[in-house]
Amino acid sequence: MGTYTYPKFAYTGPADLQGETPQRRPLVIVGAGPVGLAAAVDARLKGIPVLVLDEDDTVSIGSRAVCYAKRALEVLDRLGVGDTVCDKGVSWNVGRTFFREKEVYRFDLVPDAGHKRPGMINLQQYYLEETLVTRAMELGADIRWRYKVVGVQNEADHVRLRVDTPDGTFDIEADWLIVADGARSPIRRMLGLDIDGRIFMDRFLIADVIMKADYPAERWFWFDPPFHRNQSVLLHKQSDNVWRIDFQLGWDADPEEEKKPENVIPRIQAMLGDERPFDLEWVSVYTFQCRRMKDFRAGRALFVGDAAHQVSPFGARGANSGFQDADDLIWKLQLVMAGQAPETLLDTYSVDRTFAADENLMNSTRSTDFITPKSRVSKTFRNAVLDLAQDHAFARRLVNSGRLSVPAFLTQSALNTPDAETFAGDMVPGAPMDDAPIRVGGQDAWLLDQLGNRFQLLVFADSVGALDAATLAQLKALAADPIAVQPIVVTPAGGPLDGLTVLADTQGLIARRYDARPGTTYLARPDQHVAARWRTFDPSFVRAAVARATCNA
Amino acid sequence: MPLQLQPNLKEPGQRYFREFSPGDDFYEALIDTHRDLSDEQSEAVNARLILLLANQVGDISVLREALKHARQGV
Repeated sequence: MGTYTYPKFAYTGPADLQGETPQRRPLVIVGAGPVGLAAAVDARLKGIPVLVLDEDDTVSIGSRAVCYAKRALEVLDRLGVGDTVCDKGVSWNVGRTFFREKEVYRFDLVPDAGHKRPGMINLQQYYLEETLVTRAMELGADIRWRYKVVGVQNEADHVRLRVDTPDGTFDIEADWLIVADGARSPIRRMLGLDIDGRIFMDRFLIADVIMKADYPAERWFWFDPPFHRNQSVLLHKQSDNVWRIDFQLGWDADPEEEKKPENVIPRIQAMLGDERPFDLEWVSVYTFQCRRMKDFRAGRALFVGDAAHQVSPFGARGANSGFQDADDLIWKLQLVMAGQAPETLLDTYSVDRTFAADENLMNSTRSTDFITPKSRVSKTFRNAVLDLAQDHAFARRLVNSGRLSVPAFLTQSALNTPDAETFAGDMVPGAPMDDAPIRVGGQDAWLLDQLGNRFQLLVFADSVGALDAATLAQLKALAADPIAVQPIVVTPAGGPLDGLTVLADTQGLIARRYDARPGTTYLARPDQHVAARWRTFDPSFVRAAVARATCNA
Repeated sequence: MPLQLQPNLKEPGQRYFREFSPGDDFYEALIDTHRDLSDEQSEAVNARLILLLANQVGDISVLREALKHARQGV
């Protein structure tokens, strides 16, 4: 019984990839999961030829990852699938937390209006993958199904792969390899690379249940509910009337027994508390680890997503951080492949994304320790927080039912140009850029939809007339640089300006969120992060910051 | 001064981008302090901690209010 029909992707033989000697490809991606596919789409958008190898011939079995956070949706917007994913998914912002019988805490992920995307959407992983496969193929990615990598060797200027197919084995070379083959990463193992961290001694039961229910689209989390004493339970709404229920079971639970419908069904009935009919779509028992590779780059192999790092599921920081890996990596790879930046730029991929991975590991580990306390005193404190939270704001802030995925502020990145002037707010160098409503070309639009895929310069002015001819010429000259910088003028009212994009900051939210005044200038990276900012526009500062952000300084 | 019941945790010199971060920093340090202790040892640590913090607060009227809240509903 299911709501989804799995596609079966056509196998094509490897004849065209074989020759007397192994063919050399600029970029091979191993693994057509969400992160590998996002990397493939991004690479195609930047004109890089892509060969994707996947050992299977369909999408993920079972819904698996469910929650896609605002930042991941912004990346998906840049990749051209944000609307498809959001239309199919269930949007939500509100999370409610219960302790025993009472609600103790309620949060809103996007308390501020004026963002295109909600805090989260829930969508079964198979829908997301199907959407990304369609997009990657439409952009000309060559995806090969039932191609299994059985050997890998890192050479000085390429990676050599041995690939098994139903038509036999062949060798192929890649200038660059993106490894997106998941938590067990066979390639990581074949290269003899370690991944270190903690295993958590607990088991969880996931049930995807098809039922008609009028619960709101919110995240509901219970500590120690009457229907599942001493454990936690999580409820999420997905598409097609599918509901995700996640029961903590404890370490001693027998996974095979717990998966049996005769054991799963009574748990769900107890939770629903009524006789409503439901069907089980998918059931799984999982444990998890929190760990990461020391370095996400090994020569010409670049690790992304679960292959590089794994976190507990509390907080939905797995797939979401994987999208951010691809977001950080592909523009750097493009510049290196084009000979416009040295290979050391790819080392900053590893440094910046291990920094982000550590933040994700820290937050998801803290959530896990709160949700599943490992000692009596830890549980006493946890329950004291939950009790006090019913009356006191300070304790509500401490309730940790999962710190939901938010992007890291890459404040330590070597690519940032440190501020030389004073700014208020959070849009520091290294910050993932905030969205805001705008008008452009007479249409309502969003700031982030104007940004990405290249360096851009936001120049704030009172009006289009406030920029003199010399400034306009300097701005336009930046667009002709070898590493081009697209100038964008932001004014309260917008208006035409020959040869330049002008955004109207209609509600003044960009100015507020970026602490911008006339003259303020922001340099944005191709992945919508702040690279540098100044109070006045000076092309020599901009060029120095671009050089720094591309390891050309 | 009344008892502070609004979020009030922060560390000098730290810049926070998420409002949950300072509280989580403290909570992790608290739980880490108890790592690998027996229940009895943990009870002793908690008692010492309360005495240290009480002296830090100083104002006994504030402490009386905290004592009242702590006992309520237990």
